[in-house]
Amino acid sequence: MTMTDTGLSAPIVQKQRSVRRVAFSQKLSRWDLKLSPYLYISPFFVLFAITGLFPLLYTAWVSVHEWNLIGGQGDFVGVDNFAFVLSNPPFWIALRNTFSIFLISAVPQIAFALLIAAVLDRNLRAKTFWRMGVLLPYVVAPVAVTLIFSNMFGDQYGLINNLLGDLGIAPIGWHSDVLASHVAIATMVNFRWTGYTALILLAAMQAVPRDYYEAAMIDGAGIVRQFFSITIPQLRPTLIFVIVTSTIGGLQIFDEPRLYDQVGQGGANSQWMTITIYLYNLGWGQLNFGRAAAVAWLLFLIIILVGLLNVAITRTIAKAS
Amino acid sequence: MTGSGLLERRTTKRPEPHPVRSPARRRRRGLVNGQRPGWKAYGFLTAIMLGSMFPLYWSFLIGSGDASTITRQDIVWWPGGNFIDNALAVLADDSVNFWRAIGNSILVSSVVSASVVLFSTLAGFAFAKLRFRGRNGLLIFVIATMAVPTQLGVVPLFIAMSQLQLAGSVWAVILPAIVSAFGVFWMTQYLSQALPYELIEAARVDGASLIRTFWSVAMPAARPAAAMLALFIFIATWTNFFWPFIVLDRQNPTLPVALSLLQSNYFVDYSVVMAGVILSTVPLLILFVVAGRHLVSGIMQGAIKG
Repeated sequence: MTMTDTGLSAPIVQKQRSVRRVAFSQKLSRWDLKLSPYLYISPFFVLFAITGLFPLLYTAWVSVHEWNLIGGQGDFVGVDNFAFVLSNPPFWIALRNTFSIFLISAVPQIAFALLIAAVLDRNLRAKTFWRMGVLLPYVVAPVAVTLIFSNMFGDQYGLINNLLGDLGIAPIGWHSDVLASHVAIATMVNFRWTGYTALILLAAMQAVPRDYYEAAMIDGAGIVRQFFSITIPQLRPTLIFVIVTSTIGGLQIFDEPRLYDQVGQGGANSQWMTITIYLYNLGWGQLNFGRAAAVAWLLFLIIILVGLLNVAITRTIAKAS
Repeated sequence: MTGSGLLERRTTKRPEPHPVRSPARRRRRGLVNGQRPGWKAYGFLTAIMLGSMFPLYWSFLIGSGDASTITRQDIVWWPGGNFIDNALAVLADDSVNFWRAIGNSILVSSVVSASVVLFSTLAGFAFAKLRFRGRNGLLIFVIATMAVPTQLGVVPLFIAMSQLQLAGSVWAVILPAIVSAFGVFWMTQYLSQALPYELIEAARVDGASLIRTFWSVAMPAARPAAAMLALFIFIATWTNFFWPFIVLDRQNPTLPVALSLLQSNYFVDYSVVMAGVILSTVPLLILFVVAGRHLVSGIMQGAIKG
C-alpha cells in the first residue's frame, strides 16, 4: 500500500511543478501535427509551381507579344504569332511529320510489346535474365541511339542499305524520303521503349486470374483465341495508360529527329521536322520567342485534345463491348 | 493362381486411367502457362536480346575502326583495334569538353536523384500517413500534373534562367528537375502500404517530433522504393537532352549535349563519334548489370515512362 502510494504521488507532484512546460510542449506537438504535413508537401508544390506550372502558363503571355531572345519583351501583338504560325506551311508539315512518326512508332511498338509480354508470361527458366534482356536498350540515351541508328540507316554506306543491296534490293533513301525517314526515326523510338512497354504489359498480364484461362480451355478456346478474348480485354486499363503516356511523350519528340542528320533542322526539305524541332528553330534559330511560345501552346493544346480523344475512343469501345 | 492373377491384373489396371488422363491435364496446364515453354519461346527471346544488343555492338565496331570503316562497301563484322585511340581522341577534342561533360552528368544526375528522393519521400509520407485538410484534392492535383507536358514551358524557363544569370550553368538543368510529381505519387503509394501506423504511433508515444519520426521511421521503411526511384531518376536525367541542349553552353555540356556537339563538328569522324557514344553509355550499362533486376521490378510495380 505505502509503496503504491508513493509511486502514485511522486509523478503528480512532478507534474504540478512542470505543468506549464507540459502544456507548452503539448501545444507544440499539436502544431507539429497540424502544420508539418503542409511543410512536407510544400517543397514539391512550390518548386513545381515555379519551374513547371508557371513557365507553362507564362508561355501564353509570351505568345501574345513580340519577344526576341536579345531585345526581350516587345509590343503586345494579340494573336499575330499564332496567325503567323498557322498560316505558314512549316507548322503543318511539322504536324504531319509528328503524327506520322508517332503512329508508325506507337502502333507496332504496342503490338510487339504485347507479343513479347505474352512470351515472357510463360513459365520461363531464368525469368529475370530474359526480362533484363528486353529492357537493355532503355539505358541507352536517345541521343546515343540516334547516332547509332542514323549511321545504320545511312543513305550511301549504311549497314541496312548494304544488306538490302546484298539481297538485290535497291537502296532506300532513309534520309531523303519522307516516309522512310519516319520509319527510321520510329525504329529508334521503338528500339528504346518496346521492352519497357512489354514489362508494363507483362505486369498486367500476370494479374489476370488464371481461372479465366482454365474456363476458356474447357470451352475449347485455343491459345490465340484466349489471347484475344481474355488477355486483351483484361489489359484494357493498362493499354489505355500506355497509349496515353506514349502520346504525351511521342508528340513532343525532339532528340531523334534533331540528331538524325548533322544539321539538325529536320532534313533539307523538312522531311522529318517535328513540332518541337520547329519550336526550337523559331526560338533559338530565329530568336523569335513569341512565335516559339505560340507553337508550344499549340502543341500543348494538341496533346490535351489527343489525350481526350483517346479517352473518348476507349470509352466508346468499352461501352460497345 | 488365377485368383492372384486376377488380383494382380486388377491392381495394375487400376492406375491405368491416370496415364491416360495426365497428358490432357499437362496440356491444359501448358496452356495456362504452367508448363515450361518449348524452344520457340527461348528462340524468340534470344532473337529479341540479340536485336537489343546489336546496335551497341555495331557502335563498338565503328568506334574501334578508323575513318575509312564507315565508307566500306563490304561490312566488317569484327572490331578493329582503334577503340582506345578513338576514345582518347574524344577526350582530347577541343570543341567538345568531354571530361567536363562526364563530370557534369555525374553531378546533375546525382543531385537531381538525391533531391527528388528526399522531397518525394517527405511529401509521400505526408500524403500516405498524415491527416490534413485538402489532402485528397492535393494528391489528385499531383497525379494530374504527371500528365502535363511541362517540357513545353522551355521558352519562359529560358528567359527566367537568363535573367537569373543561370543560363549556361548546370544549375539551370538541376533546378527545374529537383521535384517530380511521379516521385511523390510513387512514394505515396509505397508508404501507404509499407509503413504501418503502429510504428508511427510508437515513435510519437516515445516523444519523437514528426520530422524525427519521418527521419528515423519513414525513411528506413521507404528505402526499397526510394532506391528504385533514385535509379529511374538517375537514368532519366543522364539521358535527358532537350532542356540541357537549350540552356547549356558549348564548353559546359552534359554527355548527351557533348555527343550532339561531336556529331555536328565540321569534319565528322564517325569512329570518334561512336567511341563517344560508347564512353557515355558504359556507366549506365554498368548500372544496368548491377541494378537491372531492380529496374525490371520497378517497372512491373508501376514506374511510368519518364
